[in-house]
Amino acid sequence: MSQGSATTTTADEAALRRLIDEALAEREQGAHDKENKITIVAWDGHLDRVWPTLILSTTAAASGMQVSVFFTFWGLFALVKPEKRRTGKKWMTKALSVMNPAALKRAKLSRYNFAGLGPWMLSKVAGDYKTPHPTELLETARDMGVRLLPCQMTMDLMGVKREDLIDGLEEPIGAATALLEMKGSAIQLFI
Amino acid sequence: MDVITATVDARGQSCPGPLVTLHRALRDAAQGDLLELLATDPGSRSDVPSWAELSGNELIEAGEDTGVYRYVIRKA
Repeated sequence: MSQGSATTTTADEAALRRLIDEALAEREQGAHDKENKITIVAWDGHLDRVWPTLILSTTAAASGMQVSVFFTFWGLFALVKPEKRRTGKKWMTKALSVMNPAALKRAKLSRYNFAGLGPWMLSKVAGDYKTPHPTELLETARDMGVRLLPCQMTMDLMGVKREDLIDGLEEPIGAATALLEMKGSAIQLFI
Repeated sequence: MDVITATVDARGQSCPGPLVTLHRALRDAAQGDLLELLATDPGSRSDVPSWAELSGNELIEAGEDTGVYRYVIRKA
């Protein structure tokens, strides 16, 4: 009797040990995955904000990291097709899209914009130093498998339709999915 | 004797150019292959070792000759 229960205990212990080992291995794997992921919230649409976002994204992808970029509020306009000058359904959303020029090639600087002279000079200098322009970096990011996630709420709010946005994007997501992306990332940035 | 499998010429490119170019070349390489990266971007002196640490590839050699930085990387 006592011997039988002792055997059961040993078997239970072995099973328990196995479960613990599995859980530890799983945790280690999870920790490793997390270490290798970065999520950036691209909130601002200015040239001098989207630019570093895309430099970091492409560099992270080149380093073998998983990269997710969540484009929300003014950041969403970086994903608008270059030929789209105006988005929105109502006069107010249309006016907003004109005040906040859509598409990266029309992005303004957050300071020293000087009616477009600033962005032109910055692009010129960057070109001389062979730093790729954000429009080119966005394409590179997409080709490298960077997950470009449009914000569904911003699209609804600003009246931006799926067909107003460039190709190769992930399905639009909401705040909870964005949080889940961030939770699973070693690095989270809000730019 | 280790032989360089491919040379990645990123001379004249600036951040993030050299690493993106290197990443593309690595995709076509086999595990254990040695790749040589040539760059003129002074930022590469800190960025290539950091990239190696992040990506898990091995940086075996780093040097400079008349303004050209040369790195040898072994694909993990």
